[in-house]
Amino acid sequence: MNSISLLVILSGYLAVLFYIAYWAEKKGNSKWTNNPYIYTFSLAVYCTAWTYYGSIGVAADSGLSYLPIYLGPIIIAPSWILILKKIIRISRVNKISSIADFISLRYGNSRFLGAIVTIICLTGIIPYIALQLKAIAETFHVVTKTEIRSFIFDDTTTYVAIALALFASYYGTRYVDASEKRKGIVTAVALESVLKLVFFVIIGVYVTFFVFDGFDDIYQKASLLEHFKEKNSIGGLPQAINWFLLCVLSMFAIFLLPRQFQVGVIENNRENHINTAVWLFPLYLLLFNIFVYPIAWGGNILFEGQEVNSDAYSLLIPQLFNNKTLTVLVFLGGFSAAISMIVVSSIGLSTMVTNNILIPYNLLGKLKSDESISSKSILNSRKIGIFSLIILSYFIYRFFGLDYNLVSIGMVAFVIISQLAPAFFGALFWRRGSRLGAIYSIIVGFIVCIHTLLVPYAIGITNSESTFISDGFMGYELLKPFQLFGLDYLQPVPHALFWSMLFNCVTYFAVSVSFKGNYRERNYAEMFVDINKYITNHENAFIWKGTAYRNDIEKVLIRFLGIERTKRAMNIFNVKYNVDINQELADARLIKFSENLLTGHIGTASARILISSVVKEEKITLPEVLKILEESKENIIINKKLTETSNELKEITAKLQNANISLMAKDKQKDEFLDTVTHELRTPITAIRAASEILHDDDEIPDELKKQFLQNIISESDRLNRLIDKILDLEKFETGKQTIHPAKNNLVETIEKSIEPLQQLIKNKNISIYIESKSKVNAYYDEDRIFQVITNLVSNAIKFCPENEGLITIQIVDKENFIQTSVIDNGKGINSNDFEAIFDKFYQSTNQNIKKPVGSGLGLAICKQIIEHHKGKIWVEPSIKGACIVFTLPKNKNTENS
Amino acid sequence: MKKILIVDDEPNIVMSLEYTFKKNNYEVFIARDGQEALDILKTNYPDVIILDVMMPMVDGYATLEQIRKDPNLQHTKVMFLSAKNKESDIEKGMSLGADVYMTKPFSIKKVVEQVEELLS
Repeated sequence: MNSISLLVILSGYLAVLFYIAYWAEKKGNSKWTNNPYIYTFSLAVYCTAWTYYGSIGVAADSGLSYLPIYLGPIIIAPSWILILKKIIRISRVNKISSIADFISLRYGNSRFLGAIVTIICLTGIIPYIALQLKAIAETFHVVTKTEIRSFIFDDTTTYVAIALALFASYYGTRYVDASEKRKGIVTAVALESVLKLVFFVIIGVYVTFFVFDGFDDIYQKASLLEHFKEKNSIGGLPQAINWFLLCVLSMFAIFLLPRQFQVGVIENNRENHINTAVWLFPLYLLLFNIFVYPIAWGGNILFEGQEVNSDAYSLLIPQLFNNKTLTVLVFLGGFSAAISMIVVSSIGLSTMVTNNILIPYNLLGKLKSDESISSKSILNSRKIGIFSLIILSYFIYRFFGLDYNLVSIGMVAFVIISQLAPAFFGALFWRRGSRLGAIYSIIVGFIVCIHTLLVPYAIGITNSESTFISDGFMGYELLKPFQLFGLDYLQPVPHALFWSMLFNCVTYFAVSVSFKGNYRERNYAEMFVDINKYITNHENAFIWKGTAYRNDIEKVLIRFLGIERTKRAMNIFNVKYNVDINQELADARLIKFSENLLTGHIGTASARILISSVVKEEKITLPEVLKILEESKENIIINKKLTETSNELKEITAKLQNANISLMAKDKQKDEFLDTVTHELRTPITAIRAASEILHDDDEIPDELKKQFLQNIISESDRLNRLIDKILDLEKFETGKQTIHPAKNNLVETIEKSIEPLQQLIKNKNISIYIESKSKVNAYYDEDRIFQVITNLVSNAIKFCPENEGLITIQIVDKENFIQTSVIDNGKGINSNDFEAIFDKFYQSTNQNIKKPVGSGLGLAICKQIIEHHKGKIWVEPSIKGACIVFTLPKNKNTENS
Repeated sequence: MKKILIVDDEPNIVMSLEYTFKKNNYEVFIARDGQEALDILKTNYPDVIILDVMMPMVDGYATLEQIRKDPNLQHTKVMFLSAKNKESDIEKGMSLGADVYMTKPFSIKKVVEQVEELLS
């Protein structure tokens, strides 16, 4: 295949990735970009070209030792549920955007520590990026069967590197706030992870089942090769220690590599995505590793005795059989693996360089003065950072050649990054870990690394004639880089890890224990270790004393966030902590809140420097901090208890209020009842008094009128008496003093009996009245009382019926358990709003437009009481014309009816 | 001849008042609720109105409110005559623009005296 067509394919592939990133960025938070699978596959950025090509090389040349690099992450993955979640929480709450921020913030927001971490990362990762570029370049030349051109601008791979650099710098810096999620990049990386796995499995299946006859065939043929046995055994105790150390190394790497921190922590959208990653990520690694071995030994068999680079077996095998499609697929898989790593790492590194070195050390312009540094210059510096990191790496590859195989340089990077481990994990779990401890431990560990790894490798690369390796530093035997202090059974990488970690850890613990950190460190230690306690109101956990004006702080914020975002943020803060807007002075919470807002843009250290430039802080002593922390812990507990108690109180208060309301309603009802009763009693008395007065004073009154007045006195007296009777009746029912004496009776008979006295009235108004029923319907009731009910209902019906056309129907229906009686008239009917209310005492409909009815206003209320004492019900049935009142009575002694 | 409108839903009470005022040379109009009273007041302008409070349809308070809105009735004297005798009821009646509030049961003599006083 020639360079041009491969370049066309590559451009096509890159265009697709660009598009995916663009699409995902646009989609924002949709379920396509924000799901646990995207998260897990983005974690697979761990598998770089090193995995893709390098593992095969190692498996071919030295057997099983490629495995520990994957075993470590697989073993440690379950712990993510605890540790990674904690890291994510701390980072989210503090708006952390890189591992340098993470470590430096924990140790008192130390600018120097952030810079050291950044330098360590740069030292480890730039050669590692160079390695990826080397892999792309070399495999490009393998696929196209061309030679690497010595003039750099003749070489097509140069342009591939430039394209990559542009892609990364464009998509990696969409937001000034580096703690924002980069959905585009992450989705593209996840997709690449899927593709590289699929392509790798395809070549694995091809080699195993098409080139050979399955695993057995390869094993049998391979076992005949030289050194097969030695290569494929773990090799005794020393080798086991090597394995153990390599596993530990890769466990550190999965947490600490800037690209892993980037995708695993910074780009994490939801904590519970980890729950999927915990099983899916190890599964991914296992799948990847199934075919490493067959490809490696398949290659060994096919190319036995030839001088070929075993790293490239996966390309050379299909090429050997002239399978172009497969060759290109494998190349694209490797390309994917490499660019994912390059892009993600360069984004992480450039953020670190900008936020932890350039800005805090005023290299981009003075931080404290107003004009010189802005969001735009930060963005630009990150863009340039990403671009130049990739280009720089490419030059390193071109000029230093990097003659080591892929794995060894990757391993060096791992060991260097591991120097952060004690400070990093100490940050999570150990409150006493101090800034000095962290700084010295990293420096000491790094020096040991330089001695045991970097210098020997540098010697290797430059091919200089040095006796450093064979004779030791300045000729001291004990200082031989690969056998430090006589430790001679470890391989160089585990050896370096062992010594550097030993010195590193000892330094960290010793210095931390000997020199106490200042109050700020202790404050952050508390916030990191006990993150779950402070997760919601973490600003409360920040201890700060001094004077600061909100105005000054807002000015600083506006510079980086703009007016609108600052206002919005301030609003959120005011609401969250219920702060008065007009308050001039800022408190500790606002300081921490503002630092957080800035952190995403300029890193923790710069945020701190910037905020402290506008506030006047007082020093607090360590015991004071501890006391405040202790108090705030107690406060949290007390607050919790108080909240619980106050909730209970609230409930009780609500109950009391309800009780009070219903009592007041009852009181009001009682008052109203009394009012109405007195009014109703006074009315007949008034009529009586007026008539009597006239009769008494007026002698000339005509006889006829005299008689009329006397008649009025008599009827009003009767009315008064009836009213008193009914009030007493009702009172008896309501207080339960009235008892009923039910017995089995024929309801039809009772109804007929009660209509009898009303016949005169019915005749006068010329009303027709019918009873629709069987001749005998037995029910269980107190006859006197039901007599009263029927009389009342029928009297009402008569009252409301029109003259001459009046029609009253009484229906009795046997309803199995009870007897239902309806009294229906063809009068003006009852307003549906009054269906319930007419059974109230003295209720008179507001819509009533008839002349004042002759009645007490208590009749229906008494009916209701009587029926309810029979355990029956009484209600108004809606009807088209006229009124229909229905009541039920039990059939037998013990039946309740409904 | 002075004109009086008696508004009450109790026929027996109305009867006594009607007899007495007629005897004292008043022209008497009768209404059995607020609505009837307002209908009468559209065409008749009595010198004094005796108003009950608790009546169906339109009660005494509402009737007075309507009366006070009518420019023709601005100077008509209004007397409440009600069994509602709580202080708050009286206050309400007076604040709506009544001239006198008398409670039931009443002395007919005193009612007549009050009306005479209102008109003097």
